[in-house]
Amino acid sequence: MLLQALAFYLFSAVLIASAVMVVAARNPVHSVLFLILAFFNAAGLLVLLGAEFIAMLLVVVYVGAVAVLFLFVVMMLDVDFAELKRGSLQYLPFGGLIGLILVAELLMAGSVWVIKPLASGAVANATPQGITNTEALGRILYTDYVYYFQIAGLVLLVAMIGAIVLTLRARPGVRRQVISVQNARTAAMAVDMHDIKPGEGA
Amino acid sequence: MALVPFLQSLGLPFGWAWFLSYAVFIAVICLVLMLGVAAVILADRKIWAAVQLRRGPNVVGPFGLLQTIADAVKFLLKEVIIPAGANKVLFFIAPMVSAILAFIAWAVIPFNQGWVISDLNVGILYLFAVSSLSVYGVVMAGWASNSKYAFLSALRGAAQMVSYEVSIGFVMITVLLFAGSLNLTQIVNSQSTGDILAFTHWHFFSFLFPMLVIFFVSSLAETQRPPFDLLEAESELVAGFFVEYSSGPFLLFFLAEYMNVMMLCGLMSLLFLGGWLSPINIWPLNIPALGIFWFLGKLAFLFFMMAMVKAMVPRYRYDQLMRLGWKVFLPTSLLWVVLTAAWVLVFHHHA
Repeated sequence: MLLQALAFYLFSAVLIASAVMVVAARNPVHSVLFLILAFFNAAGLLVLLGAEFIAMLLVVVYVGAVAVLFLFVVMMLDVDFAELKRGSLQYLPFGGLIGLILVAELLMAGSVWVIKPLASGAVANATPQGITNTEALGRILYTDYVYYFQIAGLVLLVAMIGAIVLTLRARPGVRRQVISVQNARTAAMAVDMHDIKPGEGA
Repeated sequence: MALVPFLQSLGLPFGWAWFLSYAVFIAVICLVLMLGVAAVILADRKIWAAVQLRRGPNVVGPFGLLQTIADAVKFLLKEVIIPAGANKVLFFIAPMVSAILAFIAWAVIPFNQGWVISDLNVGILYLFAVSSLSVYGVVMAGWASNSKYAFLSALRGAAQMVSYEVSIGFVMITVLLFAGSLNLTQIVNSQSTGDILAFTHWHFFSFLFPMLVIFFVSSLAETQRPPFDLLEAESELVAGFFVEYSSGPFLLFFLAEYMNVMMLCGLMSLLFLGGWLSPINIWPLNIPALGIFWFLGKLAFLFFMMAMVKAMVPRYRYDQLMRLGWKVFLPTSLLWVVLTAAWVLVFHHHA
């Protein structure tokens, strides 16, 4: 228990500190790296909750794929971020307001458990009925709500095709390597025998 | 953990006994792994030399056995050079990230029945997460070095590792569909049988055979081994993302690279070759304690295959590498996920 409490406070403290640093860091690459640290600590908190499947997926999807692309773009862009950030102070009241609303909502949701203990029955259990949470999630997604899951998949598929259609352009005159054609080439196709008479040339 | 009751009998409370015994266990495994890396590097060089009809390292120690240790000591004694324009913090964090990720992946690898530091429920997913993180060591090193060669290599590396992770992920899904579990111990046990010809129950000799081929080639790309060593391509990028590194930090990258190769060989033997299970179920061979030798033997065999590929196959061009990853491996492994799911649904009952 002591170890769990220690781990919880460590993860939370690093998570909040790195979230602040995402905004405060001057170098955008440092910002992205702090964001990755924040994701990582959030995954640690999920492991403490017993939701190890979600925790691993958070690392695989967000840290392993999404943040890599962020880092890619930020490293390659030659943008003067100090110039961009100059006017950012005027958005502070608006950003602060959004933050305040989120904190208020979290407090309301959290206080329900304290004021009305009956509501705690509705709290999601990471390992219901003794099965692993991978299995529990699988049952919910692929058995109970399979049609909604398929619809969500279709929406993503349409979005993916849309992105490809918008960015794909076929350039004329580009010679591409077609490996199947190369492999199918035989000596008979590659060598052309001509019978050339003396003094005539090809 | 046999050490826990012993330490408790010495008067330690359970928590401390647990903590101490795991610390000892982890230290022993790390030590063994480092020695294993030294042996594997030497084996790599010896095999490479044998293919080219050279003798390889043969001066330090008998048959050159101490060559790697001499190299490591040499690296540790050299001066650490930091490029003038480098980002100093990230420059040192990058090799540490690489090395730490290479070590922590071994936490879930079972060496024998029950010989594992942490028998996670989602062990295979954990390994996938760790290997998807290892791209950060490369990218951070390339960016922090403030060098064009290193940065080009980091960009290549990030694209290459992200691409081949996709097919590795699909291969893992086919295996866990077949085994019905994400736990590595259970995946190995799902390949066990009472038959005499036990190897026929390995996933390698099942419907999943093409997946081992894809996993093998993808792990060559994932660990930047030749023929996919475009990150380090000596002829164009000098040494790739660690061109500015010297001494200890370079040693960490080198260690991480070979540790990852060993880890992927071990993972392949667990997923497809029955891990610690004996290939033939006859008495002296199938003693449980011998399991670690079977596991290490399969690991060594797979590493030998990787070393032979390194010695014999010429380097891919970058567009060919991307084509192989996205246009050949991804559709094949995706198709195999669907086929395996159908196979499991029709022929298996444990899923």
